[in-house]
Amino acid sequence: MNAVSHPDIERLLGRMAQDLRTLLDRRGIEAPLMVGIHTGGVWVAERLRRLLQPEPPLGTLDISFYRDDFTRLGLNPLVRPSQLPFAIDDRHILLVDDVLHTGRTVRAAMNELFDYGRPAAILLAVLVERSGRELPIEADVVGQRMDLGPHEHVKLSGPDPLALEIHCPT
Amino acid sequence: MNEGVHQIDDQGRLRHFLTIEGLGRDWLIRILDTAESFSGVAEQSIKKVPLLRGRTIVNLFFEPSTRTRTTFELAAKRLSADVLNINVSTSATTKGETLLDTLRNIEAMHVDMFVVRHADSGAAHFIARHVAPGISVINAGDGRHAHPTQALLDLFTIRRAKGDDFGRLRVAIVGDIEHSRVARAQIHALNSLNTGEIRVVAPRTLLPAAADSLGVHLFHDLNEGIRDADVIIMLRLQRERMQGALLPSEHEYFRLYGLTEERLRLARPDVVVMHPGPINRGVEMDSRVADGAHSLILQQVSHGIAVRMAVMSLAMQVAAPEAPV
Repeated sequence: MNAVSHPDIERLLGRMAQDLRTLLDRRGIEAPLMVGIHTGGVWVAERLRRLLQPEPPLGTLDISFYRDDFTRLGLNPLVRPSQLPFAIDDRHILLVDDVLHTGRTVRAAMNELFDYGRPAAILLAVLVERSGRELPIEADVVGQRMDLGPHEHVKLSGPDPLALEIHCPT
Repeated sequence: MNEGVHQIDDQGRLRHFLTIEGLGRDWLIRILDTAESFSGVAEQSIKKVPLLRGRTIVNLFFEPSTRTRTTFELAAKRLSADVLNINVSTSATTKGETLLDTLRNIEAMHVDMFVVRHADSGAAHFIARHVAPGISVINAGDGRHAHPTQALLDLFTIRRAKGDDFGRLRVAIVGDIEHSRVARAQIHALNSLNTGEIRVVAPRTLLPAAADSLGVHLFHDLNEGIRDADVIIMLRLQRERMQGALLPSEHEYFRLYGLTEERLRLARPDVVVMHPGPINRGVEMDSRVADGAHSLILQQVSHGIAVRMAVMSLAMQVAAPEAPV
């Protein structure tokens, strides 16, 4: 295995914030509710929130109870309660994750969101969009696109500092 | 009591949940942490997670218990499992045969979990020993022996109120220790978490003969027993399980062992009061205590659902079809 770390996450985050501002303006969305997916997505969402809007507080989702592989993998030993400190009915949700890969995590997160209410719309922002989608899910805002093989992995470590590592089998 | 039944399988996963004994500190904390993560589900507008969708859980109750059955049923439903409630009368034919026949019949319906309540000690273990591979058994109370999910929800409630460090806590368990299946499990669980001091307060007639060996401090005077306590757990007077004249009268019991506001002042100012329910008001405690600021009795009920969700989902991990038998 060799690991490559990405040099400039701050620049990626800055560009994502800019793209988000443009997107929200274009769609006329004023105050989206930001929701990060544990764990990496919460770190990214926290940084974007600082760049974009300090209010309202950040929501967090732990999608462990909504995964589709419970029977195969069992329960994640470290599940944190999801916290959505606001009502999501008829609001615009900005869902944030670190890496978009198969799309199954985002599927689970959307299922969980709908158990809290009926949002007006959900937007998806990811730091890394990599190849390997298994579901028809696309991100609205992407920090970095990566073309990776099925055995290559990209992982965000953090929260301070944030660092991207790419592991390739050698 | 445990011969032939392993709660933890050889891959280190929870297979059955029958008793606190032998489970160990790590598993207790794992279950409590998992329950913590389920506590948010009740705040969703759809109070459900899809974790156990497609699984069938059978509440097999050989003695009536509305409260326990309801919370198990709700826990299963909040995990999206299908629930079947079966109340079995134990009066018919020879018990052993009836039990096994009943078991085989329900197994043939391809169920995944039995939640068992029985008046005889060891009934849940018996079923766990004979159940088909892949089916998990949860003990929802067997005779005087154990009621492990109740003990867990008490621990969960204490941890929520007082934090992780049980070492600095003084816990008093008051009342009918002899007939209580909760007390034994509680004492085991509190010991596993290294509770600072565990006190047992009871009249001599309601203390089991082996009380000395439980690793607790015994008191026969309530005022002495609850002095400076951080947590007071009142037990229910098990009138239906008592035979003979163990108590002079309920009035006399209340005079000696009933928790009143005045007595509560002997405990720590931030003491919390718990009771497994249903309360005999004016027997075990005064209504002003039961409904007062120190009481966590209703929180216990809510916590019971989260704890049962945790136990069910952890035990269901091995009930998966591809799990090794």
